[in-house]
Amino acid sequence: MNLGVALVPVAVLMWLVTYPSRVLPMIAPGLDRLPKWAVTYLRLAGPAALAALAATGSLLTGDTPPRLQLGVMPLAVALCVILVWRTRFLLIGVGGAVVMVAVAHALGFS
Amino acid sequence: MIGATAPSVPQADVARSRRQMLRDGLAIAAYAMPVGLVFGLTALQAHYSFPDVAANSAIAFAGGAQFAAAGLVKDKATWLAIAGVVALVNARHLLYSAALAPYVSGRSRKERAVMAHFLTDETFALALAHYRRIRGFDRRGYWIASMCIFIPWQIGTWIGYIVAGAVDTHRLGLDVAFPAAMAGLSLGMVSGRRDVAAAAGAVAVAVIVGLAGGASLGLVAGAVLGPIFGLAVPPSAHEESSEPEEPEPSATAGLV
Repeated sequence: MNLGVALVPVAVLMWLVTYPSRVLPMIAPGLDRLPKWAVTYLRLAGPAALAALAATGSLLTGDTPPRLQLGVMPLAVALCVILVWRTRFLLIGVGGAVVMVAVAHALGFS
Repeated sequence: MIGATAPSVPQADVARSRRQMLRDGLAIAAYAMPVGLVFGLTALQAHYSFPDVAANSAIAFAGGAQFAAAGLVKDKATWLAIAGVVALVNARHLLYSAALAPYVSGRSRKERAVMAHFLTDETFALALAHYRRIRGFDRRGYWIASMCIFIPWQIGTWIGYIVAGAVDTHRLGLDVAFPAAMAGLSLGMVSGRRDVAAAAGAVAVAVIVGLAGGASLGLVAGAVLGPIFGLAVPPSAHEESSEPEEPEPSATAGLV
């Protein structure tokens, strides 16, 4: 098992940019008085960032520069979305997507 | 001994509310551990070591942002890009912290600073519901709420990493676990048409910019510009009232 610590600084970096938003309104009253549009923007940033991650991870190849891929990966992600929507259980969605890709690989599709 | 709870609240009510929170917390733990398993797998694919995974879950302790960072690390993104995306994904904690602020205002700055580290979507949901039920602050209740997510998340990520390291992830189709988990987590945050527009806009921008300038740039562009698509859409009636709530005056009045 790899026991290196090369990416521990990434965890510290993540904490440095996360912790202020967790603590500042608690210890500095008034910081929560943001304009309504800013509050809405912050709320929408979560689903937008995660959707962007799903898109770049499934629709783009790992080449440089990336190419559009329309194979089994985006189909499996779409299946995951449907399963999570129907069941509200992430593990079922991810499990369904994994099974779909595994079967596709076994059948020779990529 | 109820400790930090508002003195006007009967102990029996606080105990009853804590039991309800624990029941809700067990449901959260039941999904946190499997999601943690998926993160452990994702981290392995991004070439994290076991100490890296453990540190990430304990220090950052940030669910979706940990997935995001793992994806960026895998794509060899810059630290600035990682910091920017993580900050953006976790910016919603400002809202949670602000909503809890009136309840914790009587506590010392040191205690509030420690509590803040454990503030997540789940901690916020459990703690705020508890405080509203008892109309005041409860220190032990906060730690019950936060441990319901912290402990299963740590254990889940460790197990996921160890198990995934023992199998051929490509042959088993586990390559898709990360984008699938991202899509599923994004869906979990959708509560109205603005969220849908933000997510759809982010996908379009991420793919177009990603094809032109690389996956990392596409990801950052999608995350930053996606919410603008949401803002351009009129909110549904449900979305108008979906922001984290400020405590009611009656609840605030009973704070310690």
